[in-house]
Amino acid sequence: MNALDLSRWQFAITTVYHFLFVPITIGTSFLVAGMQTAWYRTGNEKWLRATKFFGKLFLINFAMGVVTGIVQEFQFGMNWSDYSRFVGDIFGAPLAIEGLLAFFLESTFLGLWIFGWDRLPKKLHLATIWLAATGTLLSAYFILAANSFMQHPVGYELNPETQRAEMVDFGQVLLQPLTVITFSHVISTAFFVSGLFVAGVSGWLVFKKHSLEVSRATLKFGAITAIVGFLAVGLTGDFQARKMVEIQPMKMAAAEALWETAAPAPFSIFTIGTLDGSEPVFEITIPHGLSLLSDHSWDGQVEGINDLQAQYEQEFGPGEYAPNIPMAYWNFRLMMGFGFIGVLIAIWMLWATRKERIPQSKWFSRLAIFGIITPLLGASTGWIFTEMGRQPWVVFSLMFTENGVSPTVSVAQVLISMVVFTLLYGALAVVEVGLLMRAVKIGPPESVEQTYPDKVGEDRPLTVTY
Amino acid sequence: MELQQVWIILIAVLWMGYFVLEGFDFGVGVLLPVLGKNEQERRALLTTLGPVWDGNEVWLLVAGGATFAAFPEWYATLFSGFYLPLLLILVALILRGVAFEYRSKRSSPTWRKRWDAAIVVGSFTPALLWGVAFANIVRGVPMKAGGADNSLYDGGFFNLLNPYALVGGLTTLTLFMTHGAIFLALKTDGDIRVRANKLAAQIGLVATVIAVVFLLWTQLAYSDKAWTWALVVVAAVCWLAGLAMNRAGKEGWAFIFSAITLAGAVAYLFCVLYPNVMPASNDPALSLTIWNASSTDYTLKIMTIVAVIFTPIVLAYQSWTYWVFRKRVSPSQITDADHGSLDLPGESLKV
Repeated sequence: MNALDLSRWQFAITTVYHFLFVPITIGTSFLVAGMQTAWYRTGNEKWLRATKFFGKLFLINFAMGVVTGIVQEFQFGMNWSDYSRFVGDIFGAPLAIEGLLAFFLESTFLGLWIFGWDRLPKKLHLATIWLAATGTLLSAYFILAANSFMQHPVGYELNPETQRAEMVDFGQVLLQPLTVITFSHVISTAFFVSGLFVAGVSGWLVFKKHSLEVSRATLKFGAITAIVGFLAVGLTGDFQARKMVEIQPMKMAAAEALWETAAPAPFSIFTIGTLDGSEPVFEITIPHGLSLLSDHSWDGQVEGINDLQAQYEQEFGPGEYAPNIPMAYWNFRLMMGFGFIGVLIAIWMLWATRKERIPQSKWFSRLAIFGIITPLLGASTGWIFTEMGRQPWVVFSLMFTENGVSPTVSVAQVLISMVVFTLLYGALAVVEVGLLMRAVKIGPPESVEQTYPDKVGEDRPLTVTY
Repeated sequence: MELQQVWIILIAVLWMGYFVLEGFDFGVGVLLPVLGKNEQERRALLTTLGPVWDGNEVWLLVAGGATFAAFPEWYATLFSGFYLPLLLILVALILRGVAFEYRSKRSSPTWRKRWDAAIVVGSFTPALLWGVAFANIVRGVPMKAGGADNSLYDGGFFNLLNPYALVGGLTTLTLFMTHGAIFLALKTDGDIRVRANKLAAQIGLVATVIAVVFLLWTQLAYSDKAWTWALVVVAAVCWLAGLAMNRAGKEGWAFIFSAITLAGAVAYLFCVLYPNVMPASNDPALSLTIWNASSTDYTLKIMTIVAVIFTPIVLAYQSWTYWVFRKRVSPSQITDADHGSLDLPGESLKV
């Protein structure tokens, strides 16, 4: 392995890991804000108990999201310094703005929310969780604007003298349609993931007949969020697919292992074979499916890998322009498959608990837990598809991944950091899941006595401490 | 004034904010086992950081992001060049952040002991290494030319461990520890407040000696400007004023002065460097400066507009947080200190 491969592995490990916590943070911050608002409006104690309980789970998760996010801010420079030089003029801006607008907002108001139960009046305290949640949204937007530039560079000019991409239109970098589409897809996913997170945890509690008043309500709340979220994921995914055909046709062709241009193009659901262009051993396809997916037409033509390869060779010179086809093909399917399984579990949980029913089957509790994991796997495979499908480019059409790696960082250095991050992240995952399980076993508090101060910062006994 | 000058000032300001704010977090973390004699005290001490540490750390992330946006060449060369020290800092920050949030969740003494160790190591390491990193930048590092007129770091890991840099590391470490003790004297109550005050005076003396050596060494060996003496004097006077206020029991003033000292020290290092951001020790032509490492004027202009609008807002709400949590935390307020909020039924009864 050379430093390039190791750097790619490290980026993949640290980023996929980071993104296990991100969607839960984004979605659950809003769901907890929703629960607290329900309590504020109705005065029904079950919503306060739900707020405290899911707030606790949310914070256990948030801590991991924060610390793994620090690495993200630094590793562009550490491992991808030539990439950073090349795009710094453009890519650095959204990152810096993310810090200034989003990270400060999130961290400050979350601190106020956690420790403010004793220190802030009721309404103000409610506002802090909404502001923290808004921070997570802003953060997602700016980082996705940066990512979208890698998928589809806009608003730049190449400076032949410095050999760097230079920003000429910040509006385009920030507001290009791909960013808006990707943002809506990722945010829908965050609500889908978080809906199932809340529903799955609640499902387990319902099965254990634990705090039924709370857990039944939050199961419904979570499952409905997940179903609505799933519909939005599908709709925005459709936009995303059509945009992809337009700007990165190779990625779509790879997602389908479509070697030859076809009209109409079928959608392949499952293949046994090598995906290298030879006849598959076994295949299930939906005729016209890919044409529909790509441009909503029955017989639309979809470009194949071979044609695109020839076209790119002409445009960019000789080279290999197709990503790893099996990775693209299977991750695309796994993404959708995990999504479908997740939404089915959400629907089934709603059905099984209809009209005050309490499911007795052990399968209910197993599926509830499984339902937490599936959408996370869907999000991970989706990102692996998006980023591996972009290869061999780090910035599509401008820079190859192999040219972005740090020239002065040795194999030994990357190996050390990769091993250190992997071991550390692995150990922390065990700790984190252990704490989450404890929190779930303990369940929502039996009752909560909550009184707020009248004035900001009033001196009264502390109930929240480290 | 050119935009490059505006941005080097802004980045210096971000580092000042970071050293002042996370500086006391680091100090408190290192002093956890020294000042926290029992669970109640340790939890009180950590609770003073609870609402603010994460926001304090964002100053670092924004400094990193702003360097990427405004001086991409510097960001690229520095971060890839100082690879292993940065890795150590990142691991430390990860451990420490998680430790803050998780250590009091369970009552098990082993659990808490391990996370306490993570807090100490996770605070000690960056407190030392930020000084080492800055001193190396000021001292200059070997550089070589890369493709497209880049300057790349051309030294190994051990090149960064030189006497001057180690003195720099000890300077930030002892300054942060003093700053942390002063913060605790300001933010706690009872016996621990008295002890923090005494400890601040003691570490403060050690810090004074080390910092004087570092500042004189810097000024005599690495500054080509006579006027930076003025900043040395300002930093020294503020520091001594801070220690005097600490002795007089005026904790608020002591904190303000130690904060100014830390900000002044950062300002001093940036002034010594100016207009370099990463001088080459082997060939001045390879040095990165604010002029050859910067983004285009267009990017700098956009970033300036964003910074001008949003920095005051951030400062306003972050200051407000400190005002909300202005009351002292006393160990007696930590009821049930041996209890973990995620103890399973029956678990907290075992000791």
